[in-house]
Parts: sequence; C-alpha cells; structure tokens
Amino acid sequence: MQAATKVSQRTATTASGENVAILSFTGDIASTSKDSIMEAYHGIDAGITNVLLDFTGVDYINSSGIAIIIQMLLEAHTAGHRRIGIFGLTPHFMKVFNMVGVAKYATISADEATAVAAV
Amino acid sequence: MRNGSSVEVRLPSELGFEKVAMGTAAGMAELMGFSKERIEDLKTAVAEACINAMEHGNKFNDAVNVGVVLSSNKDELEVKVIDDGIGVGDKPALPDIDRKMIGEEDPRGMGMFLIEALVDKAEWHKGPPGKSFVRLVIRLDKENS
Repeated sequence: MQAATKVSQRTATTASGENVAILSFTGDIASTSKDSIMEAYHGIDAGITNVLLDFTGVDYINSSGIAIIIQMLLEAHTAGHRRIGIFGLTPHFMKVFNMVGVAKYATISADEATAVAAV
Repeated sequence: MRNGSSVEVRLPSELGFEKVAMGTAAGMAELMGFSKERIEDLKTAVAEACINAMEHGNKFNDAVNVGVVLSSNKDELEVKVIDDGIGVGDKPALPDIDRKMIGEEDPRGMGMFLIEALVDKAEWHKGPPGKSFVRLVIRLDKENS
C-alpha cells in the first residue's frame, strides 16, 4: 500500500568547483524505502564528500523513514569523510527532523541553492 | 460541525493503510477549523499511532483490524487508535540522536516520542485484546502556542 520510493541521482557543483551528489526522492519515505535509499547512497562515488538529500517530491515520511536517514547519517559519521545535507522538506517535516535531532548531524536547508551554498 | 460528531475507520493491519486514517483525521480537523500546521502535526501523530497498532499491537495479523475513532468535542478533536494487543508497558526512553549515531541505540523507536510531541495529550491504555488503545487529543485553543 505504500507508494514506492524512487531515487534518482544527479550532481551539482559548488561555487568553489566541488562536485556534490544529490539524491532526489519521490514517493513515500517509510520502512519499505530502505533498500532503494541505501542502495542509492552506497552507489555514490567514494570520492564524493558531500551528499544532499532532496525531499522536494516527497509527501509522506514516517518515523521508520526517518530512521533510514539516521542510518545513512550513522554510516557517513562512522566513515568520517562524508557530510550529508537535506533540503526540500515541508515546514512540518523540517520541524520533525529537528525534533528527533537529525539537524545536529545534517545541515537542513529550504532549497537546493541554499543547500549547495552551505556545502 | 455538530459537537460530538464521530467518525470510525477500520484499517487492515498492513503498512500504508495508516494514510487512510491520516486523511480522515485531516478532513475532520479541517472541518473543525484547525490550521494547516496543526493538521500536519495531527496527521503525523495519527500515522505513528496506527503504525504502532499494526506492528506492535496486531503484529501485522491479517485477521485483525486497527480501529480509529475520531470525535469532535467542543474545541478539541479526540482520536482513539485501538488494536488487539495487550497495550504499552513501560514507555521507551526518549530517543537520543547522539546514541543512535554511535550505534548504541536503534535508529528506529521515535514513534511514541513524536506522538507526544505533536499533540496536546497522548495516553496509552492497556486492556484485553481488542480494547487496548492510544488516545490523542488536539485542541483548537492551542493553535498559536
């Protein structure tokens, strides 16, 4: 019953010329999203140090979906060389991500331009 | 909307159907005049309560449903989410992102915390099978708090 999560990857370039990987999500972000999200994350070139997660096309996120993002943050934190940024959340989910502490380990921006500039 | 109006929904114990309850709760809250922001809070709380009922209460058993009863009462909306389990025992500790980030705490386990944070009242009631429920209350007079 949950809408399948689709993940697409593209690249943006910062003002200083650094490549940033952007994973764009559509559909639901729930427990059923784990494989598609983590496979996309694991597929990012190891040399990329900044990854942005684009939630612009997402309407529904539940706590199991947030747990997948925390799992990704944990992997990035453990690896020690990769930073995660987030953009495109609705105001409600910006609040929820702050409530559960995600903002402590990922920069949350309103939109892509702000997120790329914050890298 | 008349005071005391009530709506009941029965959901299969299958992930995804919580969105039916979310939509119903959102529609009722809109009729009562809740703001978009408060409706979003309510939707997330209702979804998390339904997911907990499906997973922990009904253990995803196809043979039992999750009941959702929404009642308007003066300036508040009450939502009861009923399952077939034995109810919540001790509430889990508050989620700690720092412990999650070093692998000392499961990345999951945030549902009850979110429910309590997003509505004005959340109570877990233990009962015999089919009688355990969580009761959520969201108040119109807390719109700007």
